Amino acid sequence: MNGMLVLAATRATIPDVVTFVVSAAVVLAGALGVVLSRNPVHAALSLVTTLLGIAVLFVEQDADFIAAVQVIVYAGAIVVLFLFVIMFLGVDRRENLTEEPLRGQRVLAVALVAIALAGVLALAATAHWVTGAPTVVGPISTPQRSEVAQLGVQLFTKYLYAFEATAALLVIAVVGAVVLARRPPDAADADPPEGREPEGGVSEVEPPEGGTEAAGRAAEQAVDPWIAEGAPPAPTEREEVPT
Amino acid sequence: MSLGGGWYLGLAAVLFGIGALGLLVRRNVLVMFMCIELMLNAANLTFVTFSRMLNDIAGQVLVFFVLVVAAAEVVVGLGIVVAIFRRRTSTTADDLHSLKG
Repeated sequence: MNGMLVLAATRATIPDVVTFVVSAAVVLAGALGVVLSRNPVHAALSLVTTLLGIAVLFVEQDADFIAAVQVIVYAGAIVVLFLFVIMFLGVDRRENLTEEPLRGQRVLAVALVAIALAGVLALAATAHWVTGAPTVVGPISTPQRSEVAQLGVQLFTKYLYAFEATAALLVIAVVGAVVLARRPPDAADADPPEGREPEGGVSEVEPPEGGTEAAGRAAEQAVDPWIAEGAPPAPTEREEVPT
Repeated sequence: MSLGGGWYLGLAAVLFGIGALGLLVRRNVLVMFMCIELMLNAANLTFVTFSRMLNDIAGQVLVFFVLVVAAAEVVVGLGIVVAIFRRRTSTTADDLHSLKG
């Protein structure tokens, strides 16, 4: 009944071991890079490293389609989206990791994660890994059907409703992202943003007395931090920025 | 055939731990999202490993769904980050203290 498991445990060859060790090192190094990078761009690139290592581990476990989707969707779309937002917002500068706003939070976090991880690993080392029944939905591959074909058949028969639900979920997510990201039509009436950093090149600008339309435009510029940030302030604003 | 599944599950547990640690420690909202992605990937690795150990395709189908949900989550989350950044010029989670009543 557990023949697959026994085979998997006994037939590991030297290339398999080397592949696993190298991929695991890449995965863990990338994960640590995400956590420890001071620059968000470096964190995103470390995330790509981790995702590619995971994809190699998927291939190693005969999950070819999932590995391809992992590379295309995660490394190709999600990380690019991360990088796009980082560049778009202009937050790609180094941040200080040493300051600790909540006292003792880091020590507590490390201790909690270490305890939880040690518990899981100790439990796993003493207990049996697999307790479920094998091949409930269907085998990974049959002589007639490859792994990709089997995945497609199950996806469009047994899991058809879930598949349709994910389609609806993606549409809702796209609509939600558009609604969240578009500028509200009454942005000119909104309050100027708070918490502005002084070195950002933007300061609270008094609306000039040039008429209501010019005042509306100035207020609109004040609400758009990513337009003003990095670019030199407009000539009318420069007079009021203390140097 | 590849190594026994226990190695993969152990690696996934460590990866999940690193992701959880980063989520707790980091203050940049974007990096916190990346740590959530790390944890989702650890879960995906366990799904594929159990799929191989039990010779059942359902694990890989579930990984497919997790990928879709992760994509939707990232899209909406980054939209929220952009909307917040419109009012405040930093993406630090500490700046959201005004959400408390």
